[in-house]
Amino acid sequence: MPVNYMDAIRQRYEQLGYTPYRWYVAEDAPPWQALDKPLDAARVGLLSTSGAYALGQRAYHYKDDTSIRAIPTATAREDVRFSHITENYLVDARQDPDTIFPLGTLRELAADGTIGALADDVLSCMGGVYSQRRVREETAPAALAAFRQQDIDCALLVAM
Amino acid sequence: MCHQTVCLVARHLEANGIPTLVLGAARDILAAGRPPRAAFVDYPLGHTAGKPFDRADQRAVIAGALAGFARLREPGGLIELPNQWGDDAWRAEASSTEARDTRQPRDETPQWQQPADREAARAAGLDV
Repeated sequence: MPVNYMDAIRQRYEQLGYTPYRWYVAEDAPPWQALDKPLDAARVGLLSTSGAYALGQRAYHYKDDTSIRAIPTATAREDVRFSHITENYLVDARQDPDTIFPLGTLRELAADGTIGALADDVLSCMGGVYSQRRVREETAPAALAAFRQQDIDCALLVAM
Repeated sequence: MCHQTVCLVARHLEANGIPTLVLGAARDILAAGRPPRAAFVDYPLGHTAGKPFDRADQRAVIAGALAGFARLREPGGLIELPNQWGDDAWRAEASSTEARDTRQPRDETPQWQQPADREAARAAGLDV
C-alpha cells in the first residue's frame, strides 16, 4: 500500500501543536496540451524539485526559496550539489544524484535515441515552499520562461 | 511539499502550451494536486528517479514515466510504474504519526552542501 503522506504529516504536526497545513487540492480538471510528436523525436526538458545546483551556482535557502537554477546538461555527476529544507531525504542523492535528479539517465536516453534530444540546460528548484501563492506567482512563471527559452516539446517534472 | 509544488507548476506549464508529466513517489499528494499527466513510483522519498547506483532501474523508471506522454490520453491520468523497492522497512518510518518535525530551520541564507561550494560560486562571479 502506498504511504499516505498527507495524513501522516497532518497527525505529526497536530501533536506538535502546529496550525494544520492546508494542502493544495485541485478543484478543477487539469489543463491539457497534447504532445504532437513521438518521444524519440521530441526535445525534452527537466524540472527537479530536489534543490539541485551545480558547482559554481548559488545554493538554495530553506525559507520558501522560489528561485530556479538552469544546470548545463553536460554537468558531471560529481559536480551536482543539493540544498533542501528536507535534507533527510538527500542522503543517497549525495552519493548518486541520479536517484532523485535524473540528469545522467536522461543523457543516456538521449544518446540511445529513446528521446529525440535533451534541452541544453535542465531546471531545478527547492520544492519545499509552503506558500502556494508564491509557487504560482514566482516559481511557475520562472519555470515557464526558462522552458520557453529552451524550445522544448515536453517537460518531465520530478518531485522529491 | 515538493509534490504539491510540481503539481502547481505542471498545471501552469500545461495551461501555457507545454505538455508535462509529473513523476512522483507520494501517490496521495499527486491525487490531490491532479497534474495533467502523472507517473507514480512506490519508492521512499528522495529516490523518485530510481534506486541509487542502479542504472538499469533508473533507466526503467525514467523511460517508464516518459512513456506516459504516449499512453495517457485524458487529463489527470496516472501510470503506476511496476518497479519494486524490494525491502518494505522504510514504510513504517514514512507512515509514522509520532510527533516530530525533521525539517531544517527556515533560514534565508544559502545552505551550501560543502563550504567549498561557496568559494566556487564566488569564483564564478556570484556575490555570495
